[in-house]
Amino acid sequence: MIKTNKKTPKNIILSLENVSISYGTFEAVRNVFCNFKKGNITSLIGPSGCGKSTVLRSLNRMNDLIPNCSLKGTVLFDGTNIYDKRVDPVEVRRRIGMVFQQPNPFPKSIYENIAFGARINGFTGNMDELVESSLIKAALWDECKDKLNDSGYSLSGGQQQRLCIARTIAIEPEIILMDEPCSALDPISTLKIEETMHELKKNYTIIIVTHNMQQALRVSDMTAFFNAIEYEDGDGGKVGYLAEFNTTKKIFNSPKEKTTQEYISGKFG
Amino acid sequence: MNSLYYQKRLSRNIGDKFFTSLSVICALIAILPLIFLVTYILIKGGSQITPELFTLEPNPPGDDLDAGGINPALIGTLIITTIASIIAIPVGVGGGIYLAEYSRGGAFSRFIRFGVNVLAGVPSIIAGVFIYALIVSTKILFGSMYSGLAGGMALSILMLPTVIKTTDEGLKLVPNELRYASLGVGASMYTTILKVTLPSAFRSIATGVVLGIARAAGETAPLIFTALFSYYYITGFGDLFYEMGSLAVLIYNFALEPYDAQNKLAWAASFILVLSILSVNIFSRILAAFTEKTKRV
Repeated sequence: MIKTNKKTPKNIILSLENVSISYGTFEAVRNVFCNFKKGNITSLIGPSGCGKSTVLRSLNRMNDLIPNCSLKGTVLFDGTNIYDKRVDPVEVRRRIGMVFQQPNPFPKSIYENIAFGARINGFTGNMDELVESSLIKAALWDECKDKLNDSGYSLSGGQQQRLCIARTIAIEPEIILMDEPCSALDPISTLKIEETMHELKKNYTIIIVTHNMQQALRVSDMTAFFNAIEYEDGDGGKVGYLAEFNTTKKIFNSPKEKTTQEYISGKFG
Repeated sequence: MNSLYYQKRLSRNIGDKFFTSLSVICALIAILPLIFLVTYILIKGGSQITPELFTLEPNPPGDDLDAGGINPALIGTLIITTIASIIAIPVGVGGGIYLAEYSRGGAFSRFIRFGVNVLAGVPSIIAGVFIYALIVSTKILFGSMYSGLAGGMALSILMLPTVIKTTDEGLKLVPNELRYASLGVGASMYTTILKVTLPSAFRSIATGVVLGIARAAGETAPLIFTALFSYYYITGFGDLFYEMGSLAVLIYNFALEPYDAQNKLAWAASFILVLSILSVNIFSRILAAFTEKTKRV
């Protein structure tokens, strides 16, 4: 487990301090310490059920929407614990955007899909420009500039996912969370999204959950490996924990933990 | 070895045939009343339809020559159902939104769901008696007793459960991903419901509302206690506070008269009522079919 100093350095944008998340009485993930660097792409990898998606969703309080989900510990963003009682989750989500596993465009036109988020966030500038620049950043502009008024559903799965990314960019968040954004897509669409991510890295911090280790290797600067172990009391239930967190290079070339080595070489998971 | 070919005489095949035919016969018997009822009313009532029917007041019984028309009752039914809709739709849709979007399956929401189911099963006459006791007998509405307003309130009680249930169920059909998408770009619950989930569920909610209206428009018992009946044209806003005619009560009153002319008028009114309820139901079907098509693009 990685220990962190109490004082968070300047280039740390988001940090988890001793975070444990439970669904009702079932503890999904335990005692996570983790610092996410500004302008980096960090990938969260690990076997199913190790809590990496749970951790990701906790970063912009999406877990609030799941009944009985509770979090202990602190998630520091911009010097504030986002789980403080005074914090407005809506404001958190405006600054930490999210792209989901399944492409989920609104049942509106492509233009409206992007304008919606900006408008509710009080955007007063030129909407046409914003739509264009967001689509360009998401590498979707060339494919849909002639049909901005078509339904978002008329796009292919990969295009829909890039539309969802464009929609997230339009609200200009500081961090973009991606929950297995390519798991429902073909390899070519996946490649396009990865290119998009490399472009986005210049302006945004990205945290991505992925099951695809090649993807983690291709896109990310840092990698966090989550694993699940059985409870000490031995009733067969498993709890997730952060097994190793380091630069992607080190995780894949010289992991410190044996389980990391085994996971990335495909021995389990 | 048994032959692979189908054998009629096998006892399982005979039994199968028997039960298939039995269920077909039952299905036919079940639909017969509807067919007979609709054709009977179409024949009996359809022959009475004249242009004057829609414009004249009904004549008081006794004048055997001419019964007049159903204009006040037709307009009255429209007004009373409109009042019922004005009360039931906002409250019902609002309650449905609470159940589907805000409640987290706690005791309170379970209590409301149970209550709505009970309310759906309350006999319509009870709704009438309730409004009679609450509003008519107390003269609480500016001193008026029987009134179109009270009638609309009684019908709104009957509409409410349908509207709440269909809103609740319509919203539950909206995929959660859509809610996450909206909340994920920083929308509040309120914006999400108003701009994303409610429009997605609009057509299924509209279908439920239309069905609720169709049910309310045909009710008689609650109106006998609340709106009573009137022979006279509805001329202005003030008439809301007086007795108001309706198709259902007109049928009830005139079908019991000993005079032939009034009976014929009742048939004509039945024809109009059945036809309008039927068309409203068909309209809701079309609406629902349209929903099915547009749900997954």
